[in-house]
Amino acid sequence: MSLQQTPTPVGTSPKMPAERPTGIKLFFKKCKEQKALLLMSLPFVIWLFIFRYVPLYGWTMAFQDFRPARPLLEQDWAGMKHFVFLFTDPRFFEVLRNTLAMSFINLVLGFVTAIGLAILLNELRNLTFKRIVQTISYMPHFLSWVVAAGLVSAALSVESGIINIILNNLGLIENNIMWLGVPEYFWGIIGAADVWKNVGWNTIIYLAAITMIDTEQYEAAEIDGASRLQRIWYITLPGMRPVIVILLIMNLGYILESGFEAQYLLMNPMNMDYAENLDIFVLRYGINMGNFSLATAAGIFKTVVSFIFLFSANSLAKRLGEARLF
Amino acid sequence: MKFLQKLAGKRRGIDDLVFDSVNVVFMIFLCIVMLYPMVNTLAVALNEATDTIRGGIYLWPRSFTWYNFEHVFGESQLMHAGMISVLRTVIGTAVSVFCTAMVAYTISRKEFVLKKFVTIAFVLTMYLNGGLIPTYLLMRELSLIGTFWIYIIPGLIGVFNLIVIRSFIEGLPDTIFESAKIDGAGEFTQFFKIALPLCIPVIATVSLFVAVGQWNQWFDVFIYNSHKPELSTLQYELMKILQNSNASMTSGNAASAFTQAQGGVTETVTPQSIRAAMTIIVSVPIICVYPFLQKYFVKGLTLGGVKG
Repeated sequence: MSLQQTPTPVGTSPKMPAERPTGIKLFFKKCKEQKALLLMSLPFVIWLFIFRYVPLYGWTMAFQDFRPARPLLEQDWAGMKHFVFLFTDPRFFEVLRNTLAMSFINLVLGFVTAIGLAILLNELRNLTFKRIVQTISYMPHFLSWVVAAGLVSAALSVESGIINIILNNLGLIENNIMWLGVPEYFWGIIGAADVWKNVGWNTIIYLAAITMIDTEQYEAAEIDGASRLQRIWYITLPGMRPVIVILLIMNLGYILESGFEAQYLLMNPMNMDYAENLDIFVLRYGINMGNFSLATAAGIFKTVVSFIFLFSANSLAKRLGEARLF
Repeated sequence: MKFLQKLAGKRRGIDDLVFDSVNVVFMIFLCIVMLYPMVNTLAVALNEATDTIRGGIYLWPRSFTWYNFEHVFGESQLMHAGMISVLRTVIGTAVSVFCTAMVAYTISRKEFVLKKFVTIAFVLTMYLNGGLIPTYLLMRELSLIGTFWIYIIPGLIGVFNLIVIRSFIEGLPDTIFESAKIDGAGEFTQFFKIALPLCIPVIATVSLFVAVGQWNQWFDVFIYNSHKPELSTLQYELMKILQNSNASMTSGNAASAFTQAQGGVTETVTPQSIRAAMTIIVSVPIICVYPFLQKYFVKGLTLGGVKG
């Protein structure tokens, strides 16, 4: 039932792009001419509505006492009950804290390391060496999080983990640390794992931005006697600014997406209080406990906040006269 | 030192020498950090399981054996999971890339009446999504749960890939398509005979993204098909092993108990050695492929990033 209802109002909106007074007629005439193009795209537009827009209709669940056995249209309405429960649940605030903390750490660490590495790669003079370093640094990005989490937990293991062994040999610690057993370490571990996995990959876009910088600027600076560090600071970094701003905006839109796989796979009962983020919360309440309404309410909260963040960041960039998304 | 000098290249002042040397040393350190976990895992995978427990395995195996791999390849459940992984990667990539390219072609045509509508409809979904629970219920409603097709259909078209291919086609010279049109070529002919062959670099990139995504995916198996062992994939099996050994880590050392129980046999396996062998098995195909596509994906990513 519900499947056929949502697409209809949106499906009629293509009348919009009509340009002339004879709008609708012209539109149908064009459609007739472009039968092939329509045939090539419309099946996938239908796919898109079913798989991407129909779930949006499921948001109504958050305002109902959803019972899976009944059809979606015959549920009992519950008003804002689930949202009220959510915002009075201390666990939810812990989860929110974890989400914000981890995505903030990932954002800052991710940006700084990728920009830094891109600049250093750009300064390498032996191009073959640069190529090899780049290829190696991309490798972790292609591994799955399942593999990466396995490698991380092996490196952090109490007895045989390389981190403990190194710290021990350097005399920095006396007893081996159970890294994944101490809740306070979890955010840092996720941040480090994220950097390890993605830093190489994230340099690609910055390196592309660096190649767009006019080489004459470097030559002029060299003649004026600017040092390597000065050239980086006054030419390379400002040259990367538009790309940095755009990526920052895009990432602010994902501020509540602290990632799911890394946390889920490295989480254990001991570090759970610092590991559980919004996505895991939704999964736990929704799929494991069957409280679909509450889980959906948390999901809506996430999407709405992300949207607000994205638009604010975008308009901020606009006001500051920077490049922006839309 | 000669070696370092060669890597650092020509320079002039002493400042440059210091900068370049520090930079090269840092890059070598970075490569070690990136590679060590994998190398160590390979060493563990090729080492006798009981010997590994003693610790001290770093870069190469102490007591070499193929047994861990033999054990993994000998388990029919794991072999079946491997087959499903291969199937979903091959079918999923072929279908997804073809469909994505086709839609990308239509929204790259300036004269297409629905160009704007289709583009916006797709791009909006990057920021709006129903979330886990409504999607789960939809899959249930569509009876996709417990089938192989849930690996293929819901993720059919990725918006990012769509934009990358569209940008590429828009960058092709218009004249090629116009002259084909004058020769009487329809849209399908233009797509198959002109757009697709010219798109091979970008198709290679997108195929790599989609194939890696399919091969590495475990979450959909976990959510939708965990009750169907015949539809399990390698990544999901590895994930289960990882979760088990994590659980045993927090509740005493179950790993050693397991080996003791089988102590009489000459060769045994432990969760650690199985995990290492499986990690190598699932990672090797990707590690062997991606360096050859580097030129393409760097270009593809830049194109999508700038215009998307």
